[in-house]
Amino acid sequence: MSQPSNLPRWATLWLMPALNLFAALLVSGLVITLIGEDPVECLQLMINGAFGYPEGIGYTLFYTTSFIFTGLAVAAAFHAGLFNIGGEGQMYLAGLGVTLVCLGLDFLPGWVVIPLALLASMMFGAAWAFIPGYLQAKRGSHIVVTTIMFNFIASALMTWLLVDKLIMPGSQTPATRLFAESAWIPMLHELAANLGVELPQTPLNATFFLALISLVVFYLMVWRSRWGYTLRTVGLNEKAARYAGMPVSKVIIVAMCFSGALAGLAAVNELLGSTHRMNLAFTNGIGFVGIAVALMGRNHPFGILLSALLFGALTQGGLDLSFEKPAITHEMIILTQGLIILFCGALENLFQTPLALAFKQMTKR
Amino acid sequence: MAELAIELTGVNKYFGEVHANKNISFAVAKGSIHGIIGENGAGKSTLMSILYGYYQADSGSIRLNGQEVRIRNSHDAIARGIGMVHQHFMLVDTFTVLENIVLGAEQGVALKQSLLAARDHLATLNRDYGLQVDPDAIVGELGVGEQQRVEILKALYRGADVLILDEPTAVLTPQEADDLFRILRLLKAQGKTVLLITHKLREVLDITDAVTVMRAGEIVGNVVTADVGKEDLADLMVGRKVNLQLDKTPAKPGKTVLQVSSLSLTDARGVKLLDDVSFELRAGEIVGIAGVSGNGQSELLEILSGMREASAGSVCYNGTELTTLPTREPKAAAYRRLGIAHVPEDRSREGLVKDFSTFENAILGYHDQPAIQHGLLFNRKAIIERCRRFISEFDVRPANAFRRSGLFSGGNQQKVILAREIDSDPQLMLIGQPTRGVDIGAIEFIHKRLMALRNAGKALLLVSVELDEILALSDRIIVMNAGRVSGELPVAQATATELGLLMGGHK
Repeated sequence: MSQPSNLPRWATLWLMPALNLFAALLVSGLVITLIGEDPVECLQLMINGAFGYPEGIGYTLFYTTSFIFTGLAVAAAFHAGLFNIGGEGQMYLAGLGVTLVCLGLDFLPGWVVIPLALLASMMFGAAWAFIPGYLQAKRGSHIVVTTIMFNFIASALMTWLLVDKLIMPGSQTPATRLFAESAWIPMLHELAANLGVELPQTPLNATFFLALISLVVFYLMVWRSRWGYTLRTVGLNEKAARYAGMPVSKVIIVAMCFSGALAGLAAVNELLGSTHRMNLAFTNGIGFVGIAVALMGRNHPFGILLSALLFGALTQGGLDLSFEKPAITHEMIILTQGLIILFCGALENLFQTPLALAFKQMTKR
Repeated sequence: MAELAIELTGVNKYFGEVHANKNISFAVAKGSIHGIIGENGAGKSTLMSILYGYYQADSGSIRLNGQEVRIRNSHDAIARGIGMVHQHFMLVDTFTVLENIVLGAEQGVALKQSLLAARDHLATLNRDYGLQVDPDAIVGELGVGEQQRVEILKALYRGADVLILDEPTAVLTPQEADDLFRILRLLKAQGKTVLLITHKLREVLDITDAVTVMRAGEIVGNVVTADVGKEDLADLMVGRKVNLQLDKTPAKPGKTVLQVSSLSLTDARGVKLLDDVSFELRAGEIVGIAGVSGNGQSELLEILSGMREASAGSVCYNGTELTTLPTREPKAAAYRRLGIAHVPEDRSREGLVKDFSTFENAILGYHDQPAIQHGLLFNRKAIIERCRRFISEFDVRPANAFRRSGLFSGGNQQKVILAREIDSDPQLMLIGQPTRGVDIGAIEFIHKRLMALRNAGKALLLVSVELDEILALSDRIIVMNAGRVSGELPVAQATATELGLLMGGHK
């Protein structure tokens, strides 16, 4: 017998995440104070770095784009009751797909090679997620364990490929050659220039629009289609799904592939949108941040958009901050991210009871 | 006036905006058996949870033996001599009876000392109350009735003077229930006070001295049992005239719809869950499957609905062999397409998704129908319209298609499932526990709908642990015990005693 939650819906949806975020920032502020910096000044620097000038905004949105994809990836699996921790590895492998297409076919015009690369990113990401999905559905191997292991396998595989096979001939750096320009996804400032608008030069590219479209498509697929209906039924109540005659194993496998494909698109943003070559560190934890983005965004596209923006801003603002304040290292930013994940994820319901009490007091009066 | 064991005055309890207990006042005489009845959600459980210290009342007072008390937690309750036997037993299966009874009430550091002391005490209790429980038996190997006696012993061992029993007969055969009542009468004779929470009117009339009737969080009647009849209590509970008698016309069985032959199911450990089960079911009749839960009925329903594969035997439905049906989709989907509808036993875990809105649950299992697709997406309008139709035809309250199913009462959840399954116009309807956890008003309604379905020439297979329900609805009754059919008889020849013996496998 559980007591029904006494919180109104809007408080659960908005007030609690806001409080959690605030608590995380408060603790970060404490740490910053401890190392002898002024937290308020740091926060100002960070916000200014993320949103204060056009270039900053461009970078913020560029990071946001990748986070939207990996966030959606986690959410997709989550709706099927699966916790996909493997976004990082799936994105990594998707990068391989993109790279193979580009290295092999980038003599072709952009309108051929870019769609092919997009397709390859999704297929490689999906394939890498398919195996844990299959193992979960048919063998009962826990998806959390397998996806984590697959991250390591992906990392080892890619290191070997980059160091031994795909490395640019004659180079010492484990990175491929630059892709031909036909395979580059147009930057936003280039597109704007065509329209006669001058924007600062940032890696923000057309993939951003693809991310926004993905949010809408995700919503329609998950909440408005028969496919999403079976996905959510399996996720919420597997017994009911069996009762309804849904092919549970298949749904689980397809959900993982869908998830992997979404994670794969993040590789497109990084490789075709920004670096235009593959290097060892291009995933840079983006797959893991996706977990936090989905958790904070309550696995809903709108929430994911907001939380991806938050993490994008944190990344960009954090970088700016560490330029200004040498005492604030990259690790400090990771710490802040970690605290946000801790408060918004693991300690999600920390404020539920006190809030419920507060509401009770208010309604009594 | 007799001495009072419990006296509640003006007790109120809120959960958010829900007023679960409204101004509850009643008294229980010492050394009496007091029934508390009410429909699901009437607030009985909340009230008992307050007495047992799980919840705190928001206002009002509780007096035990004339003294005002505050019961902060169950520990407090036990210390004050209140014992509770839950509907779902709180026992460790792998421990002996003795170990279970001492668990949580150990004294001193060495367990052995506690066990020795307890053994003597237990022997006394066993003798005084005629409980007949072997202290060295492993609890997991005991029958349900015995396990319940262990729970009672546990409470008595902790010095309970007031014993609260929550739906104690839900899992018992009629004979076991009689046994329990014998024990309760002995307890009463020894001066103990018994609070019996139930929704079975017959039991209340059988054994209680006084009854408190609850409805919608309020007390609507405090009566002396000897002064009232079944109908009076039902009317009080529901708040209007209830017709407990079902109008049943003679069945006109048609062609055979379902022929089950030598159906067996063996689980991974080699236990035979179903053993050579055979029966037939005709159009226009209701066949009831009686039995104590856990004797193979659930497995039978699962196989017939395609959720589980049989180990051996055949199921022939309208001339089609189902066990070897060639299909690429899951069998449950294929069977449904053939016209087999299924109201599952475990409503909230199988029949619907609690976190879904009601309109989403209105298509569960029928989500593939072309009528509700719109290109790649759902035809949301059609789905909501269908749900609204269900809601009005089956009087679902509150009439809100967007409300989460989990927020509806059991009866209203069941109405949605029933509406959905009946709407598919099935040839064969499999129904498990149609009224478990459903309030009386809804039971009446559900029974009528099932009867109408039978009169319309459908074949219905009804599994229920409620004998009254089986007797009221069925045309023929099959009794199951330990996975086997232990008897089959027309309803005219069936009595509760006869069925009880068959259920216990004594015949």
